[in-house]
Amino acid sequence: MRFSRTSKALGVAAILALAMSGCSGGSGNSSSSSTGNSNKVIIADGSEPQRPIMPADINEVGGGKIGTLIFAGLVSYDANGKSVNELADSIQAPDAQHFTIKIKKDQKFTNGEAITAKTFVDSWNFGAAAKNAQLSATFFESIKGYDEASATGSTVTTMSGLKVVDDTTFTVELKQPESDWPLRLGYTAFMPVPSAALADPKTYGEKPVGNGPYKMAENGWQHNVQISLVPNPDYNGPRKAKNGGITFKIYQNDDAAYQDLLSNNLDVLQTIPTSAVANFKSDLGDRSIEKPYAGNQTIAIPEYLPAWSGEAGKLRRQAISMAINRDEITKVIFSGGRQPAKDFTSPVLDGYSDNVPGSDNLKFDAAKAKELWAKADAIQKWDPNTTFTIAYNADKGGHKAWVDAVTNQLKNNLGIKAEGLSFPTFKEARDLATSGKLTGAIRAGWQADYPSLYNFLGPIYKTGAGSNDARYDNPAFNKAISDGLSASSVADGNKAMNKAQEILLQDLPAIPLWYQVAQGGWSTNVSNVDYGWDGVPLYYDITGK
Amino acid sequence: MATYILKRFLQLLPVFIGATFLVYFLVFSLPGDPIAALFGDKPVNAAVAAKLRSQYHLDQPFIVQYLLYLKSIFTFDLGQDFSGRSIAAVLGEVFPVTARLAVMALIFEGVFGIAFGLVAGLRKGKFFDGTVLIASLIVIGIPIFVLGFLLQFFIGVQLGWAKPTVSSAASVQDLILPAIVLGLASFAYVLRLTRTSVIENMNADYVRTATAKGLSRFRVVNVHILRNSLIPVITFLGADLGTLMGGAIVTEGIFNVPGVGNRLYRAVLSGEGPTVVSIVTVLVLIYCVSNLIVDLLYAWLDPRIRYDS
Repeated sequence: MRFSRTSKALGVAAILALAMSGCSGGSGNSSSSSTGNSNKVIIADGSEPQRPIMPADINEVGGGKIGTLIFAGLVSYDANGKSVNELADSIQAPDAQHFTIKIKKDQKFTNGEAITAKTFVDSWNFGAAAKNAQLSATFFESIKGYDEASATGSTVTTMSGLKVVDDTTFTVELKQPESDWPLRLGYTAFMPVPSAALADPKTYGEKPVGNGPYKMAENGWQHNVQISLVPNPDYNGPRKAKNGGITFKIYQNDDAAYQDLLSNNLDVLQTIPTSAVANFKSDLGDRSIEKPYAGNQTIAIPEYLPAWSGEAGKLRRQAISMAINRDEITKVIFSGGRQPAKDFTSPVLDGYSDNVPGSDNLKFDAAKAKELWAKADAIQKWDPNTTFTIAYNADKGGHKAWVDAVTNQLKNNLGIKAEGLSFPTFKEARDLATSGKLTGAIRAGWQADYPSLYNFLGPIYKTGAGSNDARYDNPAFNKAISDGLSASSVADGNKAMNKAQEILLQDLPAIPLWYQVAQGGWSTNVSNVDYGWDGVPLYYDITGK
Repeated sequence: MATYILKRFLQLLPVFIGATFLVYFLVFSLPGDPIAALFGDKPVNAAVAAKLRSQYHLDQPFIVQYLLYLKSIFTFDLGQDFSGRSIAAVLGEVFPVTARLAVMALIFEGVFGIAFGLVAGLRKGKFFDGTVLIASLIVIGIPIFVLGFLLQFFIGVQLGWAKPTVSSAASVQDLILPAIVLGLASFAYVLRLTRTSVIENMNADYVRTATAKGLSRFRVVNVHILRNSLIPVITFLGADLGTLMGGAIVTEGIFNVPGVGNRLYRAVLSGEGPTVVSIVTVLVLIYCVSNLIVDLLYAWLDPRIRYDS
């Protein structure tokens, strides 16, 4: 609408601007000629890392992208989210608690330093110790001795659970059995760092030295502008670079990146901006991708609110869940950019099932929803003047559209007052959740750090868990989870996790809405673009045309 | 004159203290805990958070934080941002880029605005004048981000005459399109200001005298009309430099220019007090200094203006 009114003006303005600038053309359309080989430097979008690059200090996507490419850990994840050995020769624990880890011989950092069992032990100890204030220290919490090393003001710098046996062997003792613990080892926090990093992390973080498929180019990190990686010729793991390097151009907003993609100034765009979601498939054709990844969106409803506690609260949450038409919202609001949730985890994970008993509670059924709500009213009357709110952050993520859609459906299907409660920034909304001062529901989402069912359940719904926004507390669920963790194999563990989900699907401490779907695109200069389980392109596989 | 300049510089001191205090207070009052936000969705690790809080003095009361910041300024060490980098180095990276962009925009709006305004004023009521007036009205009427997106899409993507975003070097060539977008609205103001001023001066007695003396049309226009017409325009341009630098946030966002606006926006979102204050303070100083320069230019343009001490 605005467009038609201004398009004429645009013409005048454009002509004016061009006439006045003389020759603003300049660079012209000189997109680099495609060489059709593995020497092409891939230009991808990135964001400025929040902290210096230290594996255990990486806590967000900007640093994560770089970290996973310049480091190689014991295991890495393939496109299907399966964990494959990278530096590890074997990781064994008959009791899921006492692990013996053997690493491959003759592994080196790009500065020539050898990687031994001691390298891993030192790196992990550094990451866990409170003294070093590493943001991802919590990843080591399962290891025995973590509590001593990570306590506020602690001067302990080693964890008693880690022991070096010889150059290529070390043992890890966990606090309790955790069958999925090896799956975590591909996360950046568990990557090894050279001794120089431990001596002077600040200097190291600016010019990190790793052992991954890529290494930082000479002066490769131009802050706020770009980060250049070049292949590491000595890397011999499963993620060998098939291109001549990757330059992560740092964008302030995805819209600018999308314009660059359209004009071939950018080769791979990880996430299509909201403004282009409706038409990116027609813009890019077969140069686009839509693939689910290990993330979901939920709304958590705290049980500490009187109206949402006890049996009545449980019935109400079921009613809310059934009053939401997930199919319609994913189709209309997201144009297929989300998939309706059928459980609490993600379909890209090993062990996922779309018909866990109880998953009917996530199906749209307005009549049943009304019935459940009435049942709850019989126990404890809902004050018709109260408004059911869903708190969300308005600074990024475009949550307003779907929150409004959900609240409208609740209004229509349950006849209650409902509305979105927006907060200017993410941190304000989070503050309320962590301090337990929510007055209604809050949007919650989870993006897995490592491909495991447990990662979607334990850290969010276990009693006292750090991200338990709903303050959910159910001993039966806790027990089901610990049963799963002490299972002797990952497969048995997954079965137990789905048992635990049956409990969640009845209690619904959070209402699963949909699974995240990665939507991305690439330029005409590259091919072989695919996305991993985490919704990040497998950069090392991309080739030039 | 020297005393005048000295006095003006001394006036900068209270402005500086006031600006830093105010901005520091505003950032301090932002809701939300910046350290907790560093952890994102993940649980806040109390030990790590405590360590970081004390590192950035966030565990101190406001006035202590502010005084510590002032101390760091006077020891020429502005402290560190959340990524552990020296804020002085960050300023050194972003300010040259934005300064380049703002100066290019200023040159664009100054040169073309004055030239178009002069011609329009001299040909008051003619076709050129009418066209320019309408065009400038349209430019003023459309928000800058609409113009930015449209020019980016048509010139950058459709026609491919320029890259849609600037390259890593943010060179002068890359910045031409963003500078035009940034300067476009002011260009229209400069044009209109010059035109009005020229029309007013054309009827002045000294112009009639100059023409009667038999001076060439060129001399009459350049020396008598234009020079006298420039005072309001220069005032506007001087004030505009500060506005352009601080107001480049939108333009920088559209064209992905790695400048002040970008860094400032991120610092505000993450609640990095010292970074925000440092950037804003430099912007305030630039604003003050460019105004001082304008005041000094008056004397050069119109010798009747004197600076008494």
